[in-house]
Amino acid sequence: MKIEIEIDGKKLQVEQNSMIIEAADNAGITVPRFCYHKKLSIAANCRMCLVDVEKSRKPLPACATPVTEGMVVRTRSKLALEAQKSVMEFLLVNHPLDCPICDQGGQCELQDIALGYGADASRYDQGKRSVADKNLGSLIATDMTRCIHCTRCVRFGTEIAGITEMGSIGRGESTEIGTYVEKSLSSEMSANIIDLCPVGALTNKPFRFRARAWEVLQARGVSAHDCVGSNLHIHHRRNKIMRVVPKENEAINETWISDRDRFSCEGLHSEDRVTTPMIKRHGQWEQVDWQTALHVAVEGLQTIAQTQSPSHIGALASSNATLEELYLLQKLMRGIGTNNVDHRVRQSDFHYQQATALMPTLPVAIADIEQQDLIIYIGGHPQFEQPLINHRIRKARDNGATVIMINPVDLKHNFDVSDKLIVANPLLPRALTAICRALSEQNPDAKTSAQELLQSVTADDKHQQLAKQLLAADNSLILLGAIAQHHQQGGLLHGLATLMASLGNSRVGLLTPGANATGAWFAGAIPHRGPAGLNVAKPGLDVKRMWESQLPAYLLLNLEPEHDCANSQRALKALHNADLVICVTPYKTAAMEQYADVILPMAPFTETSGTFINIEGKWQSFTAAVTAQGESRPAWKVLRVLGNLLELDGFNYVASTEITDELQALTANINSDQQINKWRYPSQLPAVNNGIERITYWPIYRSDNVVRRSVPLQNTPISDAPVIAMSQTLAEELTLKAGEDVVVSQVDTSITLPVKIDNRIAGNVVYIPAGFAETAALYESFGSVNIERK
Amino acid sequence: MNKLIAKLKSFTLWELLIGMKLTGRYFFSKKMTIQFPEEKTPTSPRFRGLHALRRYPNGEERCIACKLCEAVCPALAITIEAQPRDDGSRRTTIYEIDLFKCIYCGFCEESCPVDSIVETTIKNYHFTKRGDNIMNKQELLAVGDKFEQRIAQEKADDAKFR
Repeated sequence: MKIEIEIDGKKLQVEQNSMIIEAADNAGITVPRFCYHKKLSIAANCRMCLVDVEKSRKPLPACATPVTEGMVVRTRSKLALEAQKSVMEFLLVNHPLDCPICDQGGQCELQDIALGYGADASRYDQGKRSVADKNLGSLIATDMTRCIHCTRCVRFGTEIAGITEMGSIGRGESTEIGTYVEKSLSSEMSANIIDLCPVGALTNKPFRFRARAWEVLQARGVSAHDCVGSNLHIHHRRNKIMRVVPKENEAINETWISDRDRFSCEGLHSEDRVTTPMIKRHGQWEQVDWQTALHVAVEGLQTIAQTQSPSHIGALASSNATLEELYLLQKLMRGIGTNNVDHRVRQSDFHYQQATALMPTLPVAIADIEQQDLIIYIGGHPQFEQPLINHRIRKARDNGATVIMINPVDLKHNFDVSDKLIVANPLLPRALTAICRALSEQNPDAKTSAQELLQSVTADDKHQQLAKQLLAADNSLILLGAIAQHHQQGGLLHGLATLMASLGNSRVGLLTPGANATGAWFAGAIPHRGPAGLNVAKPGLDVKRMWESQLPAYLLLNLEPEHDCANSQRALKALHNADLVICVTPYKTAAMEQYADVILPMAPFTETSGTFINIEGKWQSFTAAVTAQGESRPAWKVLRVLGNLLELDGFNYVASTEITDELQALTANINSDQQINKWRYPSQLPAVNNGIERITYWPIYRSDNVVRRSVPLQNTPISDAPVIAMSQTLAEELTLKAGEDVVVSQVDTSITLPVKIDNRIAGNVVYIPAGFAETAALYESFGSVNIERK
Repeated sequence: MNKLIAKLKSFTLWELLIGMKLTGRYFFSKKMTIQFPEEKTPTSPRFRGLHALRRYPNGEERCIACKLCEAVCPALAITIEAQPRDDGSRRTTIYEIDLFKCIYCGFCEESCPVDSIVETTIKNYHFTKRGDNIMNKQELLAVGDKFEQRIAQEKADDAKFR
């Protein structure tokens, strides 16, 4: 309901129950504030927003005073200004005058408000308070003397990050903000407190003292690390990226970004960057010019296409590549005459690829996740995969939604899970089938073609109870995380989730790895469909079969197979045995120098223009923030020239936007039939291996080539180490102790890893993370392993 | 009549005599020429000449890399790169002034919160190589070290007028 109030003589229609400050903000009237933040709860402890309200004897805080009918507010009256000036004077009593050495100088709310509302000279001539700095880890620097106790960071921890790590200790003048015991912040979104801090108490540590706010230029960007597509402001100076801050977008990332999005830029200037094209001649790497390198690549591809067959060439791309790059890659491969192109490098199961919809998208907008009544999350850790999706799930939980986790590992979440089903990883398909059976029993009206499959399992009380909850919810959503998608039965799990949705009147969504998996499906970087789901006569090889068939030539785009692939050892074997490996990559690795023949340096996401399609299907284009380092070039240009040199048609683009437009035009061809999943369920579940199974997860800061090279992120407490984790029961069965080194072997390779006891892992399952050089020598990320004592 | 006067002036070289009068006046007046380098013109303590970076008496450099001078410089003559020093303090790693770009306006000195960058009264200096015009941090500090007493005196002399 709207009521009428008056602020500074302006008559306004405002929402009942809103605060004066909200009404003023919406009307564009400035009220100074420190502790108030629209995304946090109201604390009203800085008193900076005091305003003059008619019929009130004293000035009132605008952030904590609800509007009432006919209220008359003056923000610039003598009373209000005097109150604001006095508060400012009090705040500056203990605030040091060290603006020249403060990183916040030039972007400081206290500086700005002191200039606008404070007195011109100080009357205070006594000693100021000083407070010892805290160590909050590798991302956030502290200068606690500057703190004005607005408690935004404390409220962020409790309300947004869901981890109460910071708090205020002491009272009155001895109040201090800090972590109660010295520890690094362990939230995946912790660095948002840098933006929240209105003074220079919490600042960006890697950026510390390196540039001033007025020196940097601001470019728009889109995050290239998860499928949310958080909007970024990239700050750069003298053609170097200095820092990344969030760009507000209420529909996607609100005002937050994850630490991964913020600090990945520290990996852009890694020593591993390749800045000149390189070719291997007689086993020696040579730096050459573009012409020579492209010539060698093209000649190699042509030789193999002519002497053997085009289908002996395979192209693999990262799902962090842009839409334009992926489109040109598949166009190049299909131009040569093969459909061997894929981006699903972490997936292990491709059986049901024809059944899936045109591209994986969420059935609801990201912002609507928080409106759901019930969310079932299957296989994964939303907090470390898509921190901002997790934030929406957390908000849904706060709104009273039921959140159910079905996971092979009883992971810790930053919200209270309403209900959970923890099953050993190989039994995940059985558990989902049992829930489906319970659903079909409870909802006999729903028809399904999978009756035979459902009859093969029995549903226990737990399954019945979950089914009941799903059926009771009006607005429900089933989400599949990384473990479910990368699972050895990943295709089946997706199918069973779809079945669950159809039996339980729900909807299913995939939370894909990488920034642009949706775009990759749309662009046709998949072997069985062309751009916009176009049919192809004969599907090419998927990732798994490309590695298994040991092709003579591979073209890799933005990919480090030893760290990025589900079967890293199989990939390395295939690459070592290949005659020609062309890597279009921003970074080189030691392994790449072994297997590659041509390295073409490409520009990472900050140095190229392109488009990412996020998981809700939103196209977000961006331009290069800075020019590409050295001789490296945007990958779409590299692929375009490769197309030209191979004399293929349709590679005469002069701007990446021409490619985007071409793809936009294709969206008109999509029919609604392409957008639904068509599953044919097996009659039986696949047999389960009784041995010890490996389960793999890409830790949050090992997820892609840029993130892996960001040193500050690697030094955070949530950055995993390469270990083999198992439950106490399994360790006892194998007579192993925590910290002991064991030999882990798969097929014909073995590595040594320390044991970690983690009782959250169910069944005879060991967890070995991927994305590390130490674990690259292993085969299937989901498959059986042997463990022996050293 | 006018013609006659004109003729007369022409024959007596009148105009020349007028000119010679001025020459004669200067010939006998007190000379203003300064015999540089033996003699020098007096310089105000406020004169803005060669730049210097100063230190505190304990030898610590004053500059804290606030970059206000870089921001205020109208000729974009100053380039600064900063990062934390080993002891955690904010320091410059590069501090360069291009003396060809500099217009000697003195804004850098005005803006400096710690009186680090100053323009000394030194005005006689030269470059023999291209590139010498860019003074780096070491050179600027060296100027400051060498002339610290003089700089301090000049700043003290000027202080009462500010």
